[in-house]
Amino acid sequence: MSKVRVLVGTKKGAFILSADGKREKWDVSGPFFAGWEIYHLKGSPVNPDRIYASQSSGWFGQVIQRSNDGGKTWDTPGGGVKIEPGQMLKGESNKFVYDTSSPNGAELHTHQWYDGTQHPWEFKRVWHLEPSLTDPDAVYAGIEDAALFLSADGAQSWHELAGLRGHGTGPRWQPGAGGMCLHTIILDPNDAKRIYIAISAAGAFRTDDAGKTWKPINRGLFSQYIPDPNAEVGHCVHHVAMHKSRPNTLFMQKHWDVLRSDNAGDQWTEVSGNLPTDFGFVIDVHAHEPETIYVVPIKSDSEHFPIDGKLQVYRSRTGGNEWEALTKGLPQQNCYVNVLRDAMSVDSLDSCGIYFGTTGGQVFVSPDGGDNWMPIVQSLPPVLSVEVQTLS
Amino acid sequence: MIRVLLPAHLRALAHVGSEISIEVPGPVTQRSVLDALENAYPMLRGTIRDHVTQARRPFLRFFACSEDWSHESPDTLLPDDIVSGKEPLYIVGAIAGG
Repeated sequence: MSKVRVLVGTKKGAFILSADGKREKWDVSGPFFAGWEIYHLKGSPVNPDRIYASQSSGWFGQVIQRSNDGGKTWDTPGGGVKIEPGQMLKGESNKFVYDTSSPNGAELHTHQWYDGTQHPWEFKRVWHLEPSLTDPDAVYAGIEDAALFLSADGAQSWHELAGLRGHGTGPRWQPGAGGMCLHTIILDPNDAKRIYIAISAAGAFRTDDAGKTWKPINRGLFSQYIPDPNAEVGHCVHHVAMHKSRPNTLFMQKHWDVLRSDNAGDQWTEVSGNLPTDFGFVIDVHAHEPETIYVVPIKSDSEHFPIDGKLQVYRSRTGGNEWEALTKGLPQQNCYVNVLRDAMSVDSLDSCGIYFGTTGGQVFVSPDGGDNWMPIVQSLPPVLSVEVQTLS
Repeated sequence: MIRVLLPAHLRALAHVGSEISIEVPGPVTQRSVLDALENAYPMLRGTIRDHVTQARRPFLRFFACSEDWSHESPDTLLPDDIVSGKEPLYIVGAIAGG
């Protein structure tokens, strides 16, 4: 029987929630890396027992953890105390150094600060880890200050795909409230050289040559908080989602506005439709219905909680514009939590499960595509990320 | 042997107890102690000082013999009581909230 494993990153550690295909009874393990911020965990689609985790701390910086047994045990790749004969441990799995070398690197210039002045580019943390679709030892990392890194050796060492940071628009990128983070990495299942990424607040970018060169894909985005609302870059994209069967169709939750693109990001169209507010962070796509999408409307950019204290997921079965509120099992009074950008995920069981975590420490599941919801856990630390693995 | 006390999170990361002892070749300075520590426990690289600049991370402090050595040159010789092992070198996380 199929099983699901939910990987939850929180402000104070990681948790793993497991259930069979019914998704009614849950085992909760953790906290792993207790006391550390776990921005993201994600398993390899090739080998689900290979899981990568981003662990960070304001005191001790960045650490990368890796599991080869589905999260039971973890190590820092290449940083352990057991040295194999003839092998030197480098301890560089947390070494993220911008590549300024010639000819593949890019000059370490400045970006725009909150007040419009220029500010040095500085590594702060890894926001998102995206394992390769074909190689369990290959994994991408989206970092703050925004850049894309790749490891080809199971996260023992990293190198920057510097063409993105060197795109030339970098001085016009600026941090959002959470920092200038590269938070979304989408690998095209049909084209190994095509990658989409998104940065707050720069926008979305696409490479068609495996990361050598990048193109801003923000046409159609309108953002009143930048001097030119239609600018090529500077937009605060919160998250982007894709269905694997339609890699040219993208769905975006922007700071304000929900949008879609049907030509790989070359042009975006707003599909906020009848949403009560189109501010929010998460967006995701049903596993079997590529035109069924989910968002969690948040009241506004200054009030990061649901309208009237009612936690509601909105579903569109038409790829946007026409939305319905999903409320069964979700708190409908006195609920003032947020759902952060990487905190929604779906499983791929026949009856698609939808999951999301809140800053109030709840993780909810709907085993029936959003019709009914139930809490898996209710009192974790603030949830930063949720990823689901469907296991056979 | 040089005695080093690590903050709790780094003990967990390195899978060690509250105090560890390490062999430090040559003059005993902050730099040589941290070099030896990182050689013995590679997972600590980057968590106490920057990978590239080797600068102390801003929220960490170094205490020796009841004095704050955080702002001393990393190449200054540490006190005799550290060298002899009578006193440990404390690596401490700054008090900065929860």
